This record gives sequence, structure tokens and C-alpha cells, in this order.
Amino acid sequence: MCQVEEDYNGLECKQEKIPVPTLDRKCVKCKEGTAALIIRVSDAFCRSCFKEYFIHKFRAMLGKNRVIFPQEKVLLAVSGGAASCSMLSQVIEGLSRDAPKKLRFLPGIIYIDDGGACGRSQEERQRSVDQLKSIFTHTGFPYFIVPLEQVFVLPSSVLVPVTPDPDPSSPSYKHAVDQYIREHKLAEEDEPSAAARLRVEDSYPPEHKLALESLFSSLNTLTAKEDMLHTLRQHLILHVARENGFSKVMMGESCSRLAVKLLSNIALGRGAALASDTGFSDPRFGDVGIVRPMRDYSSKEIAAYCRMFDVPSVFIPGLETRTPDKASVQRLTEAFITNLQAEFPSTVSTIYRTSEKLHTVKPSESEHSEPASRCLLCVCALDTCVDKASAFHATLLSEQLSQIKLQDVSHDALRCAETQDASHDALRCTETQCCGTGGCSSNRVPAHQDLKTLLCYSCRLTIKDMGSVATLPAYITAEAERRRKRSLMKKEISEYLLEDAD
Amino acid sequence: MTLNALQCCVRITIMPVQCSNCAQRRAVLKRPKTAHSLCKDCFFWAFEEEIHQTIMSAGLFNRGETVAIGASGGKDSTVLAHVMKLLNERYGYGLNLLLLSVDEGITGYRDDSLETVKRNQQQYELPLKIVSYEELYGWTMDAIVKQVGLKNNCTFCGVFRRQALDRGAMMLKVDKICTGHNADDVAETVLMNVLRGDIARLRRCTSISTASEGEGAIPRCKPLKYAYEKEIVLYAYFKKLDYFSTECIYSPNAYRGHARAFLKDLESIRPSSIIDVIHSGETLSVKDGVKMPVQGTCSRCGYISSQALCKSCVLLEGLNRGLPKLGIGKHHRLHGKILSREPLTEQEEKKLKAVDF
Ligand SMILES: [Zn+2]
Ligand SMILES: [Zn+2]
Ligand SMILES: [Zn+2]
Ligand SMILES: [Zn+2]
Ligand SMILES: [Zn+2]
Repeated sequence: MCQVEEDYNGLECKQEKIPVPTLDRKCVKCKEGTAALIIRVSDAFCRSCFKEYFIHKFRAMLGKNRVIFPQEKVLLAVSGGAASCSMLSQVIEGLSRDAPKKLRFLPGIIYIDDGGACGRSQEERQRSVDQLKSIFTHTGFPYFIVPLEQVFVLPSSVLVPVTPDPDPSSPSYKHAVDQYIREHKLAEEDEPSAAARLRVEDSYPPEHKLALESLFSSLNTLTAKEDMLHTLRQHLILHVARENGFSKVMMGESCSRLAVKLLSNIALGRGAALASDTGFSDPRFGDVGIVRPMRDYSSKEIAAYCRMFDVPSVFIPGLETRTPDKASVQRLTEAFITNLQAEFPSTVSTIYRTSEKLHTVKPSESEHSEPASRCLLCVCALDTCVDKASAFHATLLSEQLSQIKLQDVSHDALRCAETQDASHDALRCTETQCCGTGGCSSNRVPAHQDLKTLLCYSCRLTIKDMGSVATLPAYITAEAERRRKRSLMKKEISEYLLEDAD
Repeated sequence: MTLNALQCCVRITIMPVQCSNCAQRRAVLKRPKTAHSLCKDCFFWAFEEEIHQTIMSAGLFNRGETVAIGASGGKDSTVLAHVMKLLNERYGYGLNLLLLSVDEGITGYRDDSLETVKRNQQQYELPLKIVSYEELYGWTMDAIVKQVGLKNNCTFCGVFRRQALDRGAMMLKVDKICTGHNADDVAETVLMNVLRGDIARLRRCTSISTASEGEGAIPRCKPLKYAYEKEIVLYAYFKKLDYFSTECIYSPNAYRGHARAFLKDLESIRPSSIIDVIHSGETLSVKDGVKMPVQGTCSRCGYISSQALCKSCVLLEGLNRGLPKLGIGKHHRLHGKILSREPLTEQEEKKLKAVDF
């Protein structure tokens, strides 16, 4: 097949030239200061104009989107990297007394110490934590340092999206601002002195350390490990936010980071959730909103800002550190975009603009209240109830046609997949050699097959790369069991239900 | 893809592995798509059955329709022709199938592949129709190169080739066209459209068929949409199908090349990546406010076009008026004049005449 066929438009692609900085170039903004850096093709900024530009961008992003209300508690997810640390510095800047258009929310900080999943020693982890603690203490904000091992004490409720109250107590943004200004005139602002009463559990029993290690060693690919780590981190952050009354979480993902995430999520089959995974706000958890205020900054700008204005950050090795380009889908995508960006400097911004045009599929009212319509792991709306003529069904069919046949199987498998039929799986157990490891219904640990029906397309791939699902934390397996039972129950009484209501 | 790519798929083991489907015969290959070890017959069956399911679930054809199979002599279209013929008989689709080939009129380039198509015709006992650029456009590619020079001929071959199948099919009055686009092609296009930020195409490129939008436009479909390129090669190899293996002489555009390399790397890390990318493309949804180009039809030839005149009619006009640059830049302003057959001004002519060789 000739490649030229479809893409003559490609010839019209604009290719930006890499700017050549000249020595005595002047700042484009004030026309006086000597240019200190070139951000984009024609923007050469002096030091102070760059600072102003950087700060302005942060407020403009929050101002434009208007989702954070005055006095709202906002949890800043800080990883120690330059992007999230510069986000922290922007919040400090915005809250400072003399800042114009002062920010008015109440910040807290969370750091998830994932060293246990990345094979770091206790000493290394402690060193990183100490460095971060000194940065965090300096801000005066309350902070949480949570080891990833804490996932083994999470409650199942973390996996259930909570519908935010659609009542008069959550008024419009404008209303909230007005009210704030009124109240503010009466009482002088209290400094947030909450730091002391926060319950920070930064220790964990040794059995959780081992459990985390066996969870990650049962994931056979780095691709699946990274995906699982991301999911568990989200759950922990969400839990801490809910427990402590934070209704927003700020993530420090830059435009460069999000371009990588967008493309790697496409490669991972996460197309349906692309808009919420990469957009400014992610409403999937309901009561706690995720926002990404750094999404307009390139990693280059962030690095320059941190260097010029001494923003402290801590290098903490992760799963991907010092791995080859082809170690995982995520790692490959990052290397691919970095190389392409060097050749076509508009790559990142083009991909980023793509994300702006995507639409977040909002689950309908009934779907919102029914956890079964969401993925057990990533809590996105399930993308597996699709047309029969789809990649998803084509994959199921391929699996089916390549294995020993049951009676009338190709027919049944398709029907089953279509309706998420749990009873079929039970049927299957009695007819064939059963669900791989050990007995079926007697075992409380769900088999791969049981878990699968509760997952989105992409999380299924992650679980597929897993040796034993028995290593999953209890809050996940317990919720899986609950959902499975509920769907069986619903099936039993289905003929008496008048509508497909809950 | 050449045969050396097969080496990873065909098992070279000392211990015989049993087929995971029939559990009787010896497995001869490991399916790239699912990693199952299969015997030859079970692989053939699975491969054909999957295409049958694709055709049925997407409702690609109706009984009694005349369907043109775009035949280039390459592996995809050879396998497509073979399987379409087979399924049409096995399941009684009731389709009138024919092979449709395009002869661009490039000396030495198409000769071999057209020979392959002719042999296929005999093997499959399907009628073959070869339409030439000369018939369709009044110009051979060689003649175009003579006028426009080598530098710009890529614009012409891309545009003309896109339309050639449709125009040929219109001439033959067929109901539908099917092409050999496979899963790798579709996934690659998804990635490329993300890299180019082309949201309109991103949305369209995963659909298995283009319904007839404008009058005269013939619906196209891709029955091999979920078939891996590697499995197509395996199928052709074990079926001993006769195909012409050639790299296209036209260099693909930069982004497609990068997208292809990226996809191959993804596949090596996680073999399901190809289907995973297609799943992403099928399920992503685009904001309502995003502008989509309005699809109209060319007022001269009836082909789908967002402008008054389609790209190939503009190019043809340029060739016929001796102004080859007409279709290369953006000259939408001149469409009115072309349509009303008005002469261009001297200045306009001067601009369009200069061709840098
Ligand atoms: Zn300046
Ligand atoms: Zn999921
Ligand atoms: Zn077999
Ligand atoms: Zn060309
Ligand atoms: Zn036309």
C-alpha cells in the first residue's frame, strides 16, 4: 500500500526553525533588559520580565478555569521534581501578602514515597524524605509524607466515586468569591495553623514492605509496573485528600509531560479517558477534583525558572530511571517525543493542542451513582461496552479462536463480553479445566477473569501482565468481590426489575 | 515487510509444540496477535474467521452488491482478494467481486506488480479491470513529470492516486470498494494524526468504512482493519500466495515515517499495542465546538472535496492550461475562474508558470 495515498496534506506541515540566540539581544517585553533566555521562536526575555511572565501564566491558568474557590482546601501533589516544585513556588508567590490578585485557597502538600516499589533502600528513601521535609517546612503549609506501603491499609471506599452535592451549598464561582470578600471584611484572615493536627503516618510495618515488593515483582513488565504505580499513587492522594477535607488536588504536570502522557496513553489503549487524563481538570473522582495548573509551561521554561530563581527541588529516582528507551511503553514514548521535538520544535505544542480539542465523556446520572460503570482501578468510565465492530471485540475473538474450543464458544464469548456477563465466567469454570490457579469459587481471591470484567480496556492489559492477582492490596480485591456479588445479585432479580435502575 | 521479519513468528524449536487450538497437530507458528502457538490449519481458520466477523459485525456488504477489491499486487491486497473470494463462497455473501488496479503509467514501476495482479486474477478467477491514469485523467505520470519536473510530482501522485480507485470504481459502476489497509496502517494513521494535531482526521481515520456522503462517492471499507501486518505476511507465506514485494518508490512523509517506526517499537514492547492504539482511536471523543471541515463535493467531478473544486481537478486544470503550479500552492481564489472557464490574468499566469526543476 502506498503511503503517499492519504497524506498529501503533510506537505503543508509547518516546521519551526530553532532560534539562534544572539549575544546582545534585547528583551521583547521591556525592550531594555538584556535577553536572558529565549522561550519560543521570537520571545527573548530578560530576567525580570521572564519572572513576571512565569507568574502571570500561573494565575491566568487558574483565573481562566475558575474552579478553585476562595478558602477551598487544595492539596499540592509534589514529587520533588522541577515541575511540581515550581508549582509549589508559584503557590507561595501567589499567597504572599503583597501579591497582586492574591490567591485565596488553603494549600497543603502531599508527597508519595514510592521508593518501596522502585527498589530503593530505607536509607536512600529517608534521605529524600528529609530533603523534602526541609523544603516543605519552609513553606509553612501543612504537609503529608505518605509511603506507598500505605495502600495496604486503604479502605475500599477510595475506589467509589462520590457525587458532589448538587445543592445550594456549592454555589457558583462568582457567588463564592463575593461571599468570601464579604466575610473577609469582617474577620481578618487566620493563618492556616493546621499543620500540627495532621495525622501523618510515615511509617509502615515490615509485612507491608514485603507485600509491596511482591506486588511489583508479580507485574511482569515495566509498562504494567508504571501503570500500577500511577494508579496506586492516585488512590493514596485521593484518600488523604478526602480524609482531610481537601476538595482539589493540584498536579504539577508540564506541557511536555502531558504530551508524553497523551501519546503513551493512546498507546496503552486509554483513548476514552484522554481528555480527563491530560486536560486542566479531571472530574472522575467526583468530590475531589484534579487540576493541572502547570500544563501551559514547557519543561524548558520550568528548568530555566528553577535555575534562575533558585527553586529547590530534589532528584528522586523512579521506576524509569536509568532504563533503556525500549524498557516500557511510557519510557519509549518519552524518548520518541524528545527526539522528535529536537527535529520538529513544534511537536510538543502540537500534541498539546490536540488534548485541548478532546472531550471528557461525562457519565450519565445513573452511571455516576453506580460504581460498576467505572473501572475498578483507574475509576474512568468503562470503555468496554462498545459496538461489536470494534478493536475490543476483535481482540476477544482472536483470543477465543486461538484456544481450545468450548461448545458453541465463539458465539457465547461475544455475547458475554458484550453484556459483562459474570455468570458466564462461572459457567466456564465448571466446564473447563478452570481458572488456572487452584479452585474457583472456593477461593476468595478473585481470578484474573473475574477481575477483568470490572476493568477498563487499559487496566485489563495491566492485569494481564500480572502473574498473580493475589498480590493486589485488599481494598481492591474486596471491592472487586463486592461488585461481582452485586452484579450476580442484580442478575438473579433482573426479571423483576422494571427498569435498568439501581 | 520482508520474510526475515517472519523469523520471530515461525517457531524454530527442537521440541514440538502442540497447537493450542486443536490440541492435536503440531504448532508451526506463534500468532503475533495473541502469542498462541497454532498449527497451520488452525491459524488459517482463525485468520479467516476474524475477517468474516469483522465483515459481519460492521455490516460491510449487502447481498448482490458489486465490490471492487483495490489490487496493487502487494501482500495486503493479494491476501484481501484471496480471503474475500474464499469467504464469499464459504458463507454465501452473494457478492460480485472484481479486482481493480490502477496503472499510473510510470515506465518500469508498475509493470511487475501488474503482472502479479494478472496472475492473481487467473488463480482466483476474478474479473480484473485495470484503469490507467491516461483513461482517468488524460495524463500518464510520465507525462506529468515531463511537465512539472521531479520536484513537484509528489503532490500529483498523492492526489491522483487517492482518487484513482474511486474514479475507476465510478467508471465501472461498482457499489463498494474494499482496500487492503491493515491494523498497522490504521494504528499508524492514528499516531500520525496525533503528531500532526489533525483532529478531524484523527476522528475519521479509525472508521472501518466511509459511507457514501456525496453523490458519486463510492463507499470504501477495510476488511483487514484488525489484521496484523505480520499475520498477513504469515498467511501469505503459508498459503504460498504470489505477491509482489516492493517498497513504494515515493518517500513517505516525515511524520508517517516516524509514526511507523514508533509503532514498530511499541509492538516490540507490547504486541497488543497495534490494537490498543486503534481502540484508543475508536473511543476518544472530540469536543463539540471543534471545527470540522465541511465535506462537500467537487462541482466538476463529484468527488468529496471541502473546496468548490477538488484537488485533482485543480491539478488537472493546471496541467491542461500549461500552468502546473496551479494545484501546488493554495489558489482557492482562482476556483471561480476555473469553473467558469475564464482566462487568468497575465500576472496570475506568470506566477503559476514558473517551475523550478
Ligand atoms: Zn524585560
Ligand atoms: Zn482502568
Ligand atoms: Zn490446530
Ligand atoms: Zn509521490
Ligand atoms: Zn474534482
